[in-house]
Amino acid sequence: MSKRVAIVGIGTTGFRATTPDVSYRELTYEAATKAYLEAGIEPKDVDAFVATSEDFLEGYSIADEYCPDQLGAVLRPIYSITGDVIHSLASAYMMILSGVGKIMVVQGMSKASNMLTLSDMVTFAMDPIYNRPLKESPHAVAGMEMARFMYETGTTREQCAKVVVKNKRNALANDLAAHGAPINLDYVLNSEVVAYPLTQMDIAPHSDGAVVMVLADEETAKTLSDKPIWVRGIGWCSDTPGLETRNWGEAIYAKIAAEMAYKMAGIRYPRKEIHFAEINDEFSYKELQHLEAMRICKKGEAGPLTEIGGTEISGEFPVNPSGGCLGVGNLFELNGGHTVLEVVRQLRGEAGKNQLKNVTTGLAQSWRGVPTTTGTVAILSN
Amino acid sequence: MRKVAIIGAGITKFYRNAQETPKELAYEAAKMALDSCGMKLSDIDCVVMGSAPDAFDGVHMKGEYLSDGAGAFRKPYMRHFVGGGTGVLSPAHGWFHVASGMFDTCLVVTEEKMSCAYPHPAGAFLTIFDHTTEQPLYPTLIYIFAIEMMRFMTTWGYRKEDIALVAVKNKKNAMDHPSAQLPGEITVQDVLNSEIIAYPVNRLDISPTSDGACAMVLAAEHVARRVDEKPVWIDGVGWCLDTAYWCTRDLYYPDYLEVAARQAYKMAGIKEPHKEIHVAEPYDPFTYKELHHIEGLLLAPRGKSVEMLVNGHFNRDGNLPCSPSGGLLGVGNPIAAAGLMKIMEVYLQLKGAAGKRQVPGNPTCGVANAWGDLMQVGTVVVLRK
Repeated sequence: MSKRVAIVGIGTTGFRATTPDVSYRELTYEAATKAYLEAGIEPKDVDAFVATSEDFLEGYSIADEYCPDQLGAVLRPIYSITGDVIHSLASAYMMILSGVGKIMVVQGMSKASNMLTLSDMVTFAMDPIYNRPLKESPHAVAGMEMARFMYETGTTREQCAKVVVKNKRNALANDLAAHGAPINLDYVLNSEVVAYPLTQMDIAPHSDGAVVMVLADEETAKTLSDKPIWVRGIGWCSDTPGLETRNWGEAIYAKIAAEMAYKMAGIRYPRKEIHFAEINDEFSYKELQHLEAMRICKKGEAGPLTEIGGTEISGEFPVNPSGGCLGVGNLFELNGGHTVLEVVRQLRGEAGKNQLKNVTTGLAQSWRGVPTTTGTVAILSN
Repeated sequence: MRKVAIIGAGITKFYRNAQETPKELAYEAAKMALDSCGMKLSDIDCVVMGSAPDAFDGVHMKGEYLSDGAGAFRKPYMRHFVGGGTGVLSPAHGWFHVASGMFDTCLVVTEEKMSCAYPHPAGAFLTIFDHTTEQPLYPTLIYIFAIEMMRFMTTWGYRKEDIALVAVKNKKNAMDHPSAQLPGEITVQDVLNSEIIAYPVNRLDISPTSDGACAMVLAAEHVARRVDEKPVWIDGVGWCLDTAYWCTRDLYYPDYLEVAARQAYKMAGIKEPHKEIHVAEPYDPFTYKELHHIEGLLLAPRGKSVEMLVNGHFNRDGNLPCSPSGGLLGVGNPIAAAGLMKIMEVYLQLKGAAGKRQVPGNPTCGVANAWGDLMQVGTVVVLRK
């Protein structure tokens, strides 16, 4: 592929536990305005838009209808992806390579505080015949998966708790994050057990917010931005939706998606060639499971690496310097948007107190949450 | 930009498939599409899914739920969504996957299961309206389409009995479609005498809700040539959304469709669509909508479509056959699957494989469109032999 694609502008509202003062449309509008300003474009310069929405999360039956107005995309090419924001990024990336246009906009939004019956909704995502009658809570599914992962890899409860401590602390220094806290291992280990071995503190609380990014092909990117962040590799994969047919110990979706992205980026040794990662940690063990699936750690190595501080901001391979889902908040379909945002901020040197030194390549990864086995990976470089 | 061909297609019957789960419907269509071109799932690089609101199938994140049925197990899989326009956007989204050079083959699957919605799938539309300005009025889809139809008729002086000819034509065409749900030989009087749902929309002006799936295999040129010496190419794609605040628009003309059509025509190098296009599948969930879309697709001058309809211009043996499949009015309307059914019909017509439905004159260029959301989406795909 001859064409290169870069992120030339990115805007966000920041992430808050609740946003009673603004509607989801206003959240998107704010993020879009900032992104356009940063890229120095107006909506009329954009060739196509990709929005991200999922009906039940938005509270509308056809949530796609309400995507164009606040993006400035009225009477323009726009469609929705019902997936992660990195899916939408991939879709826009393919449109640029296909020659549909030179400038694309990708939007993602979370208004999780509007959801009153989240747990019931997740139950509605399960297979109506085989899984739904079990009336499992989403946390029970995560608890089972955590137990299996710990059993297969020898990871300990303390190592998972260390992820929570690290990410909540990182979030304290991140001015976009909502759920930072100075806590210690005991606090996590002694918090209420939700579904053994998963405790309350292992679960990411949710947040509201929006991210809009502007993508451009190589020629245009160089004219629009001094610091274009190049999309070097992108991958996405769905394993099986059924609870009975999946591999509970290993995140195969993350493995396949990462290999796809590595191949595209020409990366053979991810641990060496990538400098840091923003990884989905909706549950504490997920960070470790994803690290192993993506070959950044060997099987069973992610826990010990975390324990000795190897994934801290000062560690050899920083993971979730932003605070991840545990610290920033679970943003549902926007999770991928947040990971990309943080990687872009780090690569540009705009990450504030959490800024990493000498980083040029970062990995953004996301997972669509219980009960799915769908994951996405993007590799960005400056 | 690489050339992308359609090399195979499959479709289930459209009816109340109460026995099959949504997953099984997707499987059936995907399997048929693969079999039609002698491919196996292992030959497929990626899968795209088109399916309309989650509320129909009653599954949250239904793209995830459908993934293994659609053959996406451990493959790159993405679901896109533009309401009713999803079906025709599906091959366009598949086109990006292949034209970008990222994948050589792509399986496009569309599925809809509306019969499990209780008491009626129209319930899924109660929450499509703005929660503050519209939902308190309890509007339904048919009310707002009645408003649009009224505006369309008033602007051009169209008569209800002329518009009813669309139902007569399409239901007759559907007699030859093996998947058809409501084919039949009816008269204009039957349409006018059928129950009024919301004036001026009568029951026979509306396509039936349905269950069904449709799938298609797309391939890059070097793969396509191996399967088919003369493949049908996706030559142009276009899509567009108008504002969600539909009350602020003049509904007499589908601007969103014209924008989408011009994008697709430009890509396909079509300058005079009414001359260069030989067969069309305009989206016809309602009778007036086919005419509305024919005008929006620039296949008839504004305000002249009814006159051309009455003169037989859009019949299967007319100058520009429209909905030779039988359309949504005849074949049925499992939303996203119905859109892809239209693309499949154009594909079969161009290949000369439409059997009894084949239009005369060896057509080489065809167009299909779909429409959705709050009367605001236009999706257009142009195919060429």
